Amino acid sequence: MASTKTPKVFAYRRENGRVGIRNHVVILPLDDLSNSACEKVAHNVKGCKAIPHAYGRLQFGKDLELFFRTMIGTGANPNVAAVVVIGIEPEWTNLIVEGIAKTGKPVAGFSIERFGEFKTVEMASWKAKEFMHWASELRREPVNLKEIWVSVKCGESDTTSGLASNPTVGNAIDKLVAMGATCSFGETSEITGAEMVCKQRAANAKIGEQFMATFNAYQKMIDDNKTDDLSGSQPTKGNIRGGLTTIEEKAFGNLQKIGKKAKYVGVLDKAEAPTGKGLWFMDTSSAAAEAVTLWAAAGFVAHFFPTGQGNIIGNPIEPVIKLTANPLTAKTMSEHVDYDCSAILRGEMTLDQSGDNLLEMLVRTCNGRLTAQEVLGHEEFVLTKLYESA
Amino acid sequence: MIQFLVHEKADNVGVATVDIKKGEKAGGLYMDSQKKHEIKALQDIPLGHKIALTDFRKEDAVIKYGHDIGRVVASIKAGEHVHIHNLKTRRW
Repeated sequence: MASTKTPKVFAYRRENGRVGIRNHVVILPLDDLSNSACEKVAHNVKGCKAIPHAYGRLQFGKDLELFFRTMIGTGANPNVAAVVVIGIEPEWTNLIVEGIAKTGKPVAGFSIERFGEFKTVEMASWKAKEFMHWASELRREPVNLKEIWVSVKCGESDTTSGLASNPTVGNAIDKLVAMGATCSFGETSEITGAEMVCKQRAANAKIGEQFMATFNAYQKMIDDNKTDDLSGSQPTKGNIRGGLTTIEEKAFGNLQKIGKKAKYVGVLDKAEAPTGKGLWFMDTSSAAAEAVTLWAAAGFVAHFFPTGQGNIIGNPIEPVIKLTANPLTAKTMSEHVDYDCSAILRGEMTLDQSGDNLLEMLVRTCNGRLTAQEVLGHEEFVLTKLYESA
Repeated sequence: MIQFLVHEKADNVGVATVDIKKGEKAGGLYMDSQKKHEIKALQDIPLGHKIALTDFRKEDAVIKYGHDIGRVVASIKAGEHVHIHNLKTRRW
């Protein structure tokens, strides 16, 4: 794949102009209480997808803002064709419905109080059935690959991540950004030790300072809450087993994912959508499911996930393309791996070739190839919670 | 056959790309220059783990990716295994 050309892929053009690579009808609970009704609707109406989660009650302040941004963003994601929202009461349910409706896609809300769960499930099932018939007749159309928003995050990294799978992602990101694509990286805490190098990759000094302010705020949160040191959690036990020793070593390996050329053009809050093309830094946790959930809510439609020891994460709406350079992981956990780049470690493949191979897997995924995570049903939807509920 | 890789010229550790056995003469490759390097392993180095390319004393810096990745807390001989028993973070 020549880096100067921009391939075409077949994808869904949504009402607001954005492009999705999946066509989900989502049954979205406002709150923990409504998971059961959503799962019953998804059982009644084949092909739609409930996304249960643990929160949505008595949150307040910035934590509540993040909750609504994440839920609305999830429904608004271009991989989603239509949404049924179910909540315990109508007011917050309607806030989510109205937020998603701004995209122009079909969305309807139902609330359980004064109806009961049986009646709510019945009404929501009729609407979900209508949406499924409608969505099933939508057709893919040719779009430019640069319209596919791609997020990147690694997990259960080891030293092979820094040697080969993360630089493979970096090579692909450099090529995507050169095409004019929109991409994002994050994992604020896992840049510890390499923060000055990351600061220098900002497009200008002001953006670099914004990154440092975000980084320092996350460090303060860690310092305020830690009881001993973090070397038992960061690096993880899996990282250590794979040969990573310190957070600094992990951080320099982590940063390989943003390639060698691309400069980030802005700093995003959690689940905040970018406002233009290019590479964006998002302030995220380094826990895989939390971070990918935030990118999906920000509108990203495909994710590159390099792993060393074998993190098996997925997401319900944003396909996670998994790659590994660790030959042991590629051999023992092959059902989770979409792309094995261990040939780099044997000196049999260059990073440039590997980056092209990953882009080819992205094109195939856009065109409809299901990722390993999708086929295995890994749908870890995990909300980031900033503090206790009131 | 490559048994370990080194990211950059400035690095003083390599990364085993196969399980290296104690006493083996291990062949390595610098990824930036493609230069070859050979070192005798004084200990078993599991796949993905680091091998010392020089001797280290306490408080020396371990360099990988051309950058300081932590401080040495127990002296290390060239060819030995570098990990949590002799290398610690400078952060948290």
